[in-house]
Amino acid sequence: MLLTLLALTAIAIILLRDLWSSVMLSGIFSLVSASLFMVMDAVDVAFTEAAVGAGVSTVLMLGTLAITPKHEKNADRFQEVALLVVCVTGGALIYGTLDMPLYGDPDAPIHQGEPASRYIDRSPEEIGVPNMVTSLLASYRGYDTLGETTVIFTAGIGVLLLIGRSKTQSGK
Amino acid sequence: MTSYHILRVISKLLIPFIFLFALYVQFHGDYGPGGGFQAGVIFASGIVLYTLIFGLERAQSVIPLRVVEVLFSFGVILYASVGIAGILKGGQFLEYGVLAHDPVHGQHLGILVIELGVGITVTAVVIAIFFSFVGRSEVDAQ
Repeated sequence: MLLTLLALTAIAIILLRDLWSSVMLSGIFSLVSASLFMVMDAVDVAFTEAAVGAGVSTVLMLGTLAITPKHEKNADRFQEVALLVVCVTGGALIYGTLDMPLYGDPDAPIHQGEPASRYIDRSPEEIGVPNMVTSLLASYRGYDTLGETTVIFTAGIGVLLLIGRSKTQSGK
Repeated sequence: MTSYHILRVISKLLIPFIFLFALYVQFHGDYGPGGGFQAGVIFASGIVLYTLIFGLERAQSVIPLRVVEVLFSFGVILYASVGIAGILKGGQFLEYGVLAHDPVHGQHLGILVIELGVGITVTAVVIAIFFSFVGRSEVDAQ
């Protein structure tokens, strides 16, 4: 049901020419994805997706719309090569997922053995934090999180370099 | 938007609670959903709301862009210095167990400080991006 809503929203975003409606629909897309993550019991991820996707991202897109034209230009002709590339890539991806274990299968390889079982068994006494997502993110895989923080830092620097400071600051 | 009285009054009432909720999410990431990333975004959205209602100049008198730029790197440096503190105390990089008298307490301390670093960086980046976008649209509108 939620996946159907997701697909319908995506189709609507593609077919619409009015950019304001597309931005609103992309906010809805993020909110439906957040609900999907909630249904899958991934609460931390759903929280982040709702905050970033349905919140900040929509505001930033609306801010961009204030300085760009409000309607998408019509494509001049039908692009056959693009359609072929998209179909081949999509077909290859779907073919790849045929081999994956079913969602929620307890015999899936990722649930067996190290390191997943070690994290689940030993996290309460090694780290002592009730939320296992935090203990994985911050302690067992803390180096990855350092990398993620650096990526966010780089994104901020990139935006400041590309768009520049606001007029009130640069006037000083 | 200062002429919209309802918006102004309600946002002045709500913004402290938004900040409080962001701090709650930041420091209770250990016990429930949350942590640095979510808290940073929520804190920044409080500032974004203030900017939308009261204008960019007033928001920048509250939080100047120079302070935001310093906070960008402060969060990453805080995170990395927890790692270096682990080395200085005899462990490996980002080993939290040696930071306190007891490995479990060390883990708690380490997780608290690095989540704070992540939250500070995310807040600063989202605020800076928003200020850049809004500042640009004001420049182009003139």
